[in-house]
Amino acid sequence: MTAVEIVTMLLVGGIALAVVLTKDPLKQVLVFSLFGSALAVLFLVLQAPDVALSAIVVGLAYPVLVMLTLSKIRQRERR
Amino acid sequence: MSRRARLVVFAVGAAGAAALLAWGLLGLPDFGHYRGPYGDVLNEQALGQRHAQNVVNAVVLDYRGFDTVGEEFILFGAVIGVTLLLRRQREEHERATGDRARDMAFARTSDAVRVFSLALVVPTIVLGLYVVVHGHLSPGGGFQGGLIVGAAPVFVYLAGRYVVFRSVDPEGALDLGEGMGAAGFVAVGLVGLVATGAFLENVWPLGQVGSVFSAGTIPVINVSVGIEVAAGLVLVLFEFLEQTLLLRGG
Amino acid sequence: MAPYLLAAWLFLVGLYGVVTSRNFVQLVMCLSVVQSSTYVLILQVGYKLHATAPIFKGIPPDARAVDPVVQSLVLTDVVVGVVVTALILSLALQIHKRTGTLNPDDLHVMEG
Repeated sequence: MTAVEIVTMLLVGGIALAVVLTKDPLKQVLVFSLFGSALAVLFLVLQAPDVALSAIVVGLAYPVLVMLTLSKIRQRERR
Repeated sequence: MSRRARLVVFAVGAAGAAALLAWGLLGLPDFGHYRGPYGDVLNEQALGQRHAQNVVNAVVLDYRGFDTVGEEFILFGAVIGVTLLLRRQREEHERATGDRARDMAFARTSDAVRVFSLALVVPTIVLGLYVVVHGHLSPGGGFQGGLIVGAAPVFVYLAGRYVVFRSVDPEGALDLGEGMGAAGFVAVGLVGLVATGAFLENVWPLGQVGSVFSAGTIPVINVSVGIEVAAGLVLVLFEFLEQTLLLRGG
Repeated sequence: MAPYLLAAWLFLVGLYGVVTSRNFVQLVMCLSVVQSSTYVLILQVGYKLHATAPIFKGIPPDARAVDPVVQSLVLTDVVVGVVVTALILSLALQIHKRTGTLNPDDLHVMEG
């Protein structure tokens, strides 16, 4: 196993732990998009460019949906 | 059950699951020494049989196309679910134009973000269309390209132009596009069924390796899937944006 | 064997997040982490050392390439996962509209 593979896998594992341990939902969204990017790099290292392409775009669309939900909830709670 | 009881149950369950996972993972072949013959056979034969350079795309849409029809209908159903759940309730109403205009005046995004986002809308759509059409030649295909095209409304929203864009009201075209995309895939499959008796058989001319019009039905299905995924994602984004920006009350 | 443990780690960490979350939106994101563990495991099974991607442009068809079937499974999965997550988020939004809370612990009574 080359060094690139080992480092990428450790990175993905570490960021997953960070996603779970963050308490504030807004910060968790940001850490989660970082997790999506790390996952895309892992897919590239595993020689799967199609899957990496999907993962990159998912890392854009997914946090947007979550943030819109959070902002709607915050609007309702402010009233 | 209380929180503490739930954590105890989880600890016991996680220990059992970890043991089972470790035992199962030990039985797999070593990392990097892929054994199965199916993948190797596909890699060698796909270029000659289907004139498609991207073997993954050929597998998704041709060799295992029937699974993809099912997945596409999961997507279709999920979009219908979102539209149903977020429909306008009796207590909600759309905000008046005066309210919306006041909000836009107070938008605190910087000018750089707004100009850059607006400039990125058209290149995103062009890139997505390229990825869809060249799916059988380079990494990409209907699903990835459809996602890229469907992410363009995010840039419109970042540029602060969403409300203006919404007044164009493309919902009818989007609904039609999504239905046609899903139906197009099944229609291509039925053509294969009528021609040779096998659903989704690749009966169109195979063409020359490397050109856009090659690999038979695969580019056609790519375009159909791309339309469906893009329309579905745009519909979902519109539902969420409408909830956040336009609906009040309830 | 050691790289496969990454998938098991992601699964258990995500499950811990689901069990201990106080907010439905947090729960959805931890559920995504659990889903990604399956993607990683499937792709790792199909990997070959010193092999290239299964796209045959400029290389002969018998070059050493990784398995394309596992990639096709993960590919559609990732896209469908996003849209199903949107479905779960809209459920959470409706729950907030009806009960005013997003905490799973407060929602244990089934009414009607």
